[in-house]
Amino acid sequence: MTNLSVTAPEGAAMQISQTDVAVDVIDMHKWYGDFHVLRDINLKVMRGERIVIAGPSGSGKSTLIRCINRLEEHQEGHIFVNGTELTADLKRIDEVRREVGMVFQHFNLFPHLTILQNLTLAPIWVRGIPKAEAEAAAMHYLERVKIPEQANKFPGQLSGGQQQRVAIARSLCMQPKIMLFDEPTSALDPEMVKEVLDVMISLAEEGMTMLCVTHEMGFARQVANRVIFMDQGQIIEQNEPEAFFSNPQHERTKLFLSQILH
Amino acid sequence: MDNVYIRQDLVDARPAPGRTGGPIDWARHNLFSTPSNSLLTVLGALLLMWIIPPIYNFLFGHAVMPGGTVEQCRAEGAGACWAYIAARFNFFIYGFYPMTEYWRPNIVFAMLALLIIPLLIPSAPFKRTNALLFFVVFPVVSYYLLAGDVFGLRHVPTEQWGGLMVTLIISLVGIIGSIPLGILLALGRQSKLPIIKTLCVMFIELWRAVPLITVLFMASIMLPLFMPQGMTVDKLLRALVGVTLFSSAYLAEVVRGGLQALPRGQYEAGAALGLGYWKRTLLIVLPQALKNVIPGIVNTFIALFKDTSLVSIVGIFDLLNTVQAASSDINWASPTQAVTGYVFAAFMFWIFCFAMSRYSLWMERRLDTGHKR
Repeated sequence: MTNLSVTAPEGAAMQISQTDVAVDVIDMHKWYGDFHVLRDINLKVMRGERIVIAGPSGSGKSTLIRCINRLEEHQEGHIFVNGTELTADLKRIDEVRREVGMVFQHFNLFPHLTILQNLTLAPIWVRGIPKAEAEAAAMHYLERVKIPEQANKFPGQLSGGQQQRVAIARSLCMQPKIMLFDEPTSALDPEMVKEVLDVMISLAEEGMTMLCVTHEMGFARQVANRVIFMDQGQIIEQNEPEAFFSNPQHERTKLFLSQILH
Repeated sequence: MDNVYIRQDLVDARPAPGRTGGPIDWARHNLFSTPSNSLLTVLGALLLMWIIPPIYNFLFGHAVMPGGTVEQCRAEGAGACWAYIAARFNFFIYGFYPMTEYWRPNIVFAMLALLIIPLLIPSAPFKRTNALLFFVVFPVVSYYLLAGDVFGLRHVPTEQWGGLMVTLIISLVGIIGSIPLGILLALGRQSKLPIIKTLCVMFIELWRAVPLITVLFMASIMLPLFMPQGMTVDKLLRALVGVTLFSSAYLAEVVRGGLQALPRGQYEAGAALGLGYWKRTLLIVLPQALKNVIPGIVNTFIALFKDTSLVSIVGIFDLLNTVQAASSDINWASPTQAVTGYVFAAFMFWIFCFAMSRYSLWMERRLDTGHKR
């Protein structure tokens, strides 16, 4: 872990042990005002790993993944993403965000732009990719999430499931190394959950590094390498999914699982 | 057994039952549906019959049309004296601008129409060139054309500018100047940087708390006292700056309303994609925020357009002031002279304000992408 405290900027010579680590959170604490929302978080995610973060509401799981692309600021400890440490340095933050895709609970598509424009905005304005090229890539990802025919519609004309798939495609257009999912299916009608999960599963199968906050335990069993259980701002337990679900250790985990699995 | 039900046949959708049409049906439905509604309808009709004929007679029936004489206007029972408006029309449009030089403001009016109309039509081509011409070339050319003193053009000091020309100049400069300023102030007020935020709050609160009349008085009377000896700033320019800063403070608050109404998720989604502050603001935040506050923005512009008439108190001859000045014209002295002048001024103001209002409504509908279902 010590070698990670070297804050090598991207592209600079990196140590071998670092290249395999996608996200490294070390002794991290966060407060909202006086409220200690994240406490003593230590989490190392290797490249290609799929992590599912579960826990009761208010346990800090969303806050944790929002710290990883610095939508939230941490006050103590260190967070390294692709070897870059997140500090107040805006340039470095944007550098990290370029490589980290995020999918939100409420999709957060840009309602004033068409689907295609939603997808090409960041590639064109952040990466400087020519418009035609960006559009071709966007269509490729729309095919992947199986809604190329919606390209010229506005987000308001799509169903929730379609919007969330567009949101995933929008992130993929930036060709991220890591994907963060913040309860991607929680705002969806039950009939639309599967179409979004299918896209996420296919992403996992391709080896994308993923951190998912979700209540979909079936998804966790199927694709996760590790399940992390959080409560009161701390990581209570983490294990491989099989062991996590069949043989939880901590009392709090047992209580949580008994309430969500019937 | 009644609580079990299984549908056998799905019902096909069919069109909604239409209402039987016709004006009689409409009247029965909307005007005479109940006895009290019928009574109100009759009373309303009587009221209209009582007020409309005198108005019509004043404006048209007994009015003296252009080409008429002052004697007709002085006759007993004569209505509006349109002949007077026609006779003094040039004064209302150009103020004291020398008559031989009217072609100069006319060119400016023509350029304005030629540039602003395609600019306001979204599908018109060459938007970038058009905008460049309108926002950069047009003001410079107009200034030198109107003021003269270059290329052998006779110098016309701004004291001689007047009428609708000055009203349009003040409102256009005020509107165009206050948009960027207002947006920057609104963004600054939301800034996390404490100094920028404080400065913007102070600016907005100062200008909003002071009446425009005070601003204009200060600009025209107090400002020269603080100036170094011999240095003067044009009176019209001072009014322009005052009006622009004044309305930018109002606009800033309108825009701030739009910024606050935007869901946090929009900022976050932009940030998560790696867009920096300015790209996020220009590409995601402002297009949505401004669209949502079009009614408020246009409200500010309409207020600004009408408030330009306040410059008359510092001795600038805008449209209303020329009308007022002409009402003491002894050659056209008649009982309806002043009233006709004010009706004319009101009508001119109404045309421009109504046009702005309709355009903004149309723009709102056009920009609606259906995300508020």
